[in-house]
Amino acid sequence: MPKLTINGKTVDAPEGATVLEAARMAEIDIPTLCHHPKLTPFGGCRLCIVEIKGIPRPVTSCTTPVSEGMEVTTSSPQIEDLRKTVLELILSDHPNDCMVCERAGDCTLQEMAYTYGIRENKFAGERRVYEKKDGNPFIERDLEKCIMCGRCVKVCREVQGVEAIDFGYRGFKAKICTAYEKDLNCEFCGQCVSVCPTGALTGKMWSLKGRKKDVREVDTTCAYCGTGCNITLHVKGNEVVRVTSREDTLNEGWLCVKGRFGYKFINSPDRLTKPLIRRDGRFEEVSWEEAFDCIANKLTEIKAAFGADAIGGLSSARCTNEENYAFQKMIRAAVGTNNVDHCARL
Amino acid sequence: MQQQTEENKRKLIVRVCIGTGGLAAGGKEVIAAFKKAINDFCVDIDLDFTCHYQKVGCRGFCARDVLVDVVDGDKSVTYQGIKPDIAKRIVREHLIEGKPVTEWLIDDSYYAFHSKQHKILLKDCGTIDPEDIQAYINVGGYEGIKKILSGMTPDEVINEIKASGIRGRGGAGFPTGVKWDACRKAPGDRKYIVCNADEGDPGAFMDRSVIEGNPHSVIEGMMIAAYAIGSSLGYVYIRAEYPSAVERLKLAIAQAHEIGYLGNRVFGSDFSFDLRIKLGAGAFVCGEETALIASIEGERGMPRAKPPFPVHKGLWGMPTVINNVETLSNIPYIIRNGSAWYASIGTEKSRGTKVFALTGKVKNTGLIEVPMGIRLGEIIYDIGGGIIGNKQFKAVQLGGPSGGCIPHHLLDTPVTYEDIMQTGAIVGSGGMVVLDENDCMVNIAKFFLEFTQAESCGKCVPCRIGTKRLLEILDRFTKGLGKDGDIELLEKLCNDIKVTSLCGLGQTAPNPILSTLKYFREEYEAHIKEKRCPAKVCKDLLTYGILEEFCKGCGACLRACPAKAITGEKKKPHKLDSSICIKCGACFDVCKFKAVGRE
Ligand SMILES: Cc1cc2nc3c(=O)[nH]c(=O)nc-3n(C[C@H](O)[C@H](O)[C@H](O)COP(=O)(O)O)c2cc1C
Ligand code: SF4
Ligand code: SF4
Ligand code: SF4
Repeated sequence: MPKLTINGKTVDAPEGATVLEAARMAEIDIPTLCHHPKLTPFGGCRLCIVEIKGIPRPVTSCTTPVSEGMEVTTSSPQIEDLRKTVLELILSDHPNDCMVCERAGDCTLQEMAYTYGIRENKFAGERRVYEKKDGNPFIERDLEKCIMCGRCVKVCREVQGVEAIDFGYRGFKAKICTAYEKDLNCEFCGQCVSVCPTGALTGKMWSLKGRKKDVREVDTTCAYCGTGCNITLHVKGNEVVRVTSREDTLNEGWLCVKGRFGYKFINSPDRLTKPLIRRDGRFEEVSWEEAFDCIANKLTEIKAAFGADAIGGLSSARCTNEENYAFQKMIRAAVGTNNVDHCARL
Repeated sequence: MQQQTEENKRKLIVRVCIGTGGLAAGGKEVIAAFKKAINDFCVDIDLDFTCHYQKVGCRGFCARDVLVDVVDGDKSVTYQGIKPDIAKRIVREHLIEGKPVTEWLIDDSYYAFHSKQHKILLKDCGTIDPEDIQAYINVGGYEGIKKILSGMTPDEVINEIKASGIRGRGGAGFPTGVKWDACRKAPGDRKYIVCNADEGDPGAFMDRSVIEGNPHSVIEGMMIAAYAIGSSLGYVYIRAEYPSAVERLKLAIAQAHEIGYLGNRVFGSDFSFDLRIKLGAGAFVCGEETALIASIEGERGMPRAKPPFPVHKGLWGMPTVINNVETLSNIPYIIRNGSAWYASIGTEKSRGTKVFALTGKVKNTGLIEVPMGIRLGEIIYDIGGGIIGNKQFKAVQLGGPSGGCIPHHLLDTPVTYEDIMQTGAIVGSGGMVVLDENDCMVNIAKFFLEFTQAESCGKCVPCRIGTKRLLEILDRFTKGLGKDGDIELLEKLCNDIKVTSLCGLGQTAPNPILSTLKYFREEYEAHIKEKRCPAKVCKDLLTYGILEEFCKGCGACLRACPAKAITGEKKKPHKLDSSICIKCGACFDVCKFKAVGRE
């Protein structure tokens, strides 16, 4: 385990760790924008530069591996000044319309601008302007806000294995593109949305439904499949307006299209919230007791007339393991048949 | 008649330059004209002599293309500026009648152009047929690899290269032997040698000329490197915009295969080596080694942070040596002639020769090879023949978009890595552009920034956005919109970009600005404070007016002006309405009486 010092503090870092990782383990903060702990280092935003004794120029801590005896300084007037220039450059090519941005209050770039007190911009100049034309159903891509951190590209490749997007063009015109700049047409897992540090990628259905400070966050489990990903519902009033997932969960914050964007059913007026029994060709709302009685009576009648094997049970992959266990137990023990299965496919 | 028959036994050779410059000037047509003329005359006069055509690569003096040598026994003369219609005369008067056509013979300046050069690479480049492996073998080609395969260990080869003192010609001047040694010692199942033939600097054509003129020297250099580092597969990364270089290289590789110089167990030894060509799409950044690796691997050419260096983790994650074309093609000559020979050329720390593409406002433009340590002034005045139109020399730009401008008072600077670096420029890969009094330094800086800005890969913020802002500030200057404090802002941003950029492209992109600011600050100030362009280049800062006392009222300007800004009666002084003037300068150019003023 290499031993190094960071700002004079001795730190033991695991072999192969980067200077940034070592610093964060020692609770020393280094600002970053393009870094994501679960993705390969990029070294694009240049905010994480530090001074290392013996190296004549500042280096990016996210790409530099630790070595024995290294002496790192994470903050100095020169380093902070360089970071400020980098931020000013980013903001000189940004719409700066936080007032109407979905991500305001939950945006790393905004946070950095606040930390470094950037208001006036001495590098003001041309800004990228794009026509908004992506007609995909789920993801709003406002690439004028994109800071080219590359996280979306990496998550799509390294986590999702889809490679739906990549860097295109060169120079100031460089841009995150789909193939031939067609509308995004991918799995819509939204992993890219979850790692974007700015308002460049958001859910289309989130629009004007309420920002971070307006919502109550409720941690729960996704009801779509037996994997049971941990999700966080963003609830405004009694409405679920967004679903996210925390990075420190078993699914590491990654979700699929259903978990992330398929939440509209919760507040759908078509959703059944009370049991119904059909009488004379019409559904009538009844109490749970009445519904259970009805089911039990019908099952008993069928079993008496045709035997237990005339009955089959089909449960849902949306149920948890525990629920499915209870269900097969009921069909096998109470009804008395092995005709039991569930829809493993959705 | 008797005498003619004797003469006919002479061995006559006609050599036509078909380097890129030669081809552009019509080399192919000239060859066809020679073929036809010889054919015609042979039939008519029934002469019995042998006459060869040899295609040769670039011999440097592009300003005088098409160059043709006529070798008559042991006498050889060179013609310059040959067009197809002159071929017939040369055949009749020189080949048949034995009288060289004097008006097309090269003159003194041609000799001056060559006398201060020291040609190692370009010597063979201009004389052998690049499409014939035998031509290279005849001048000692492939002797180097044979020599090492019959009794030198890889370490001995590396020591020889170290002792020669050769440093990488791709720009940074890293010692080649040290690089090979690191790769040889790095653990890895496979190792690769990559030839960097991306050559993206605007105005540079050294590497292209070497490949077009002597592709086998590059192949042999790669074989020697491969043997030294323990590699059996090499790649040449070459831009697709160099089609004739690619063709020649393909042909050379095929010929080497055919006679067993490439492939399994070369020359019956244990050493096997093969070569692949990877075409680049012409992005400047793909010349940067980590971007180049990504590009060969099929990824977008974007640099990554170093370490790890390619000698440890390069192509496909394996130890890899990346060398420039010129570096590699020097290698066979070093092995053949010995490191002591090579080390005797040049200076203590910068050995050997360097090829430059000499362009701009000098009389003799072209490809030159000079010993390291030669002074800049010697290149410009002796080889280059001085400034066109005997105008005032202003600066020489070295190192292209990563380099800088060196002013008059530093013309004594020797061309070595250290001395040039001291001036704020770099030796670079070999672009050398001479500027005169009519060049605006702000505009020159802007030209290079336009290039680097457009070629930035976009990965890192200071380069992607910072160079754009630099360009915008320069653009303001040239439009008369600069304000107090802008120079300081420019300087700060330049320094911040240099320090924070990820790769060499961004780290050096501000150099053209910093070096012009260093030596020509007053020109910047004139643009900002006086809204004046001293070289009279920046259009927006110029005003045109008619000087009544000189105007004869001839009407030439009136007819030339596309904006109809000039009015006046015949034979009376004309008037120019500056609110309509679009500053195209047409009036200035046509007036015979110097009556149009430009300020
Ligand atoms: C932006 C950029 C462009 C480069 N372009 C080239 C090039 O076109 N050809 C080249 O040989 N080296 C180029 N280099 C330098 C290479 O990265 C590398 O240092 C060189 O090929 C090493 O070869 P050498 O040791 O023989 O000089 C470039 C570097 C940078 C940063
Ligand atoms: S939604 Fe998923 S698949 Fe689509 S681009 Fe984003 S990460 Fe890739
Ligand atoms: S869209 Fe977001 S995640 Fe992707 S590069 Fe831009 S800022 Fe980064
Ligand atoms: S310095 Fe420029 S070219 Fe190099 S990685 Fe950064 S953006 Fe790309």
